[in-house]
Amino acid sequence: MSEKLTEEMLSALPDARGHFGAFGGRFVSETLMDSLMTLEEEYKKLKNDPEFQARFDKELADYVGRPTPLYFAERLTRETGGAQIWLKREDLCHTGAHKVNNTIGQALLASFLGKKRIIAETGAGQHGVATATVCARLGLECHVFMGAEDVQRQSLNVFRMKLLGAEVHAVESGTRTLKDAMNDAMRDWVSYVDETFYIIGTVAGPHPYPMLVRDFQSVIGRETRRQALEKTGKLPDALVACVGGGSNAIGMFYPFLSDESVQLYGVEAGGLGIETGKHAAPLCAGRPGVLHGNRTYLMEDENGQIAGTHSVSAGLDYPGVGPEHSWLKDIGRANYVSVTDDEAMEGFRKLTRVEGIMPALETAHAVAYAIKLAATMDKDQTVVINVSGRGDKDINTVAKLEGIEI
Amino acid sequence: MSRIERTLEALKGQGRKALIPYITAGDPHPDATVGLMHTLVAAGADIIELGVPFSDPMADGPVIQLACERALKHGTSLRQVIAMVKEFRIKDSETPIVLMGYLNPVEAMGYEVFADAAVDAGVDGILTVDLPPEEADEVAPLFTERNLDAIFLLSPTTTDDRIRAISEHSSGYVYYVSFNGVTGASKINVEEVASRVDHIHKLTALPVAVGFGIRDAATAAAVGRVSDGVIVGSVLVDTIARNQADTDQLKRALTDLLHPMREALDGLSS
Repeated sequence: MSEKLTEEMLSALPDARGHFGAFGGRFVSETLMDSLMTLEEEYKKLKNDPEFQARFDKELADYVGRPTPLYFAERLTRETGGAQIWLKREDLCHTGAHKVNNTIGQALLASFLGKKRIIAETGAGQHGVATATVCARLGLECHVFMGAEDVQRQSLNVFRMKLLGAEVHAVESGTRTLKDAMNDAMRDWVSYVDETFYIIGTVAGPHPYPMLVRDFQSVIGRETRRQALEKTGKLPDALVACVGGGSNAIGMFYPFLSDESVQLYGVEAGGLGIETGKHAAPLCAGRPGVLHGNRTYLMEDENGQIAGTHSVSAGLDYPGVGPEHSWLKDIGRANYVSVTDDEAMEGFRKLTRVEGIMPALETAHAVAYAIKLAATMDKDQTVVINVSGRGDKDINTVAKLEGIEI
Repeated sequence: MSRIERTLEALKGQGRKALIPYITAGDPHPDATVGLMHTLVAAGADIIELGVPFSDPMADGPVIQLACERALKHGTSLRQVIAMVKEFRIKDSETPIVLMGYLNPVEAMGYEVFADAAVDAGVDGILTVDLPPEEADEVAPLFTERNLDAIFLLSPTTTDDRIRAISEHSSGYVYYVSFNGVTGASKINVEEVASRVDHIHKLTALPVAVGFGIRDAATAAAVGRVSDGVIVGSVLVDTIARNQADTDQLKRALTDLLHPMREALDGLSS
């Protein structure tokens, strides 16, 4: 009974105004409204267009390299001594992270809409690289906005983007990180709205972005569901994914939302500890507000000014989160937890040494929590970790933390 | 009739156009704002748009971004901005004040608490840049009940259906954004503005004020010729930035900018 109700609820969300319960919506200046409404209409048509879907599926198979494996982490399971731990290997996607599932989808959308100029924001640079990559693939002009602080911290990815033909704009305003990059991307979009398509990197932003990014990323959960049934004969008992904006997590969770037996865990960046205030965990320690076009949980001060964030992982270093996660939190369907920088580093080392898989520092948060969780579960149960990205990009950060100069 | 409506109606009766300067509250310092507001009125302002600083002003260019940063460095909060209006009202009970900013500080304060405090202080209108009418169904009735004017934006990309719908949700005036872009950019095309404002006048009976890109008396006059008022922001804020060390000099500089605009606008009616 309740499962059927959930299916009905899900098919109705987001509602016509882009709301997930009290969250989501379209909070932008008037200049962008027409463009967003056109995008929504066109996307609804293309979503059911066999030609578009066939093209998207082909790109996912032949360019991204899907399906990605669902891998049994046998040694990690044995060392942990609880539930079986399985890894969904999004780190094996082209460009090294799940981000490309979305960028190829949105770039195809841009091409179908006849827009030749692409803009994107990026924090660590993974979404920027994934956007620059698909722009090279489809012959589109690409501008990436990146906080000046991040440009310095992630010089390797800046160089990758430039090699791919993108122009990287260093953003000097505000805290000079991801949120400011998103501000400047929106300013650029307002200024060149007629010819520009904005490829947002996560399930945030104004409607229809949270919906369409979720749809493009849901391939992760659909594959996982099928693979789990094939390989273990049942659905997983728990899914664990890291949450910054939350695109890899929603992509994993969404196809399982009506499967009540499947527990969902989103892991936020606890930074130096929630109690220190130096973290990036709006779902665990923030409150609802409006930023970047949607209503969602935010980190803000008592006057509604957006707070600075801290995380060892640049990709999680964002004061907001996708509105669908805020809704899943409030209805109690998903659990949102946090792990600290130190715990994440331990997860990073563990997966690297025990399985020979070096996860991104973002992913390492999910690994750290999943190990704790699996230890409390029975041996016949299964946990799937979404390994959202590989860790090569983080080598410099890890070396620095260990006091090693490369 | 609201103070904004009264003011605009009186101007219309005299065949004059409204001059609407914008400054960011708390910039360069919270103590300076009320004095600067009186300076603006003395230099010819009919209505003041008082900016509420926000950490992430997505619709603003670098000039107003920096003004927000200066104001926030001194901890300027929405409550303080409302208190500034209250202080302004001690000496000036005539000039309408519109609070202009972003939604999150208002949400953080609470819609009803905010609306009550704004009315109590003598605020006349609210313009929330990132709040289209579609998302305003909770807050708009609170404004209407209190006779606060809700001012919404129209832009070059707004369709006719939306112009009609937005106008229905608006009172006081509508704010036409003269080009696709952020505040402070220099993209204004006066002929395009003229034809758009003409068209908007056919779709709504509300006064149309035009903002973005108006930096001098000549542009103010050209835009004033086709609209009911002109909004001047970044050029004033930039003047504040360049004269922040000396308040008297700052007041003279603001007057020197605004006064010729007033004269140019009044020259249209003679």
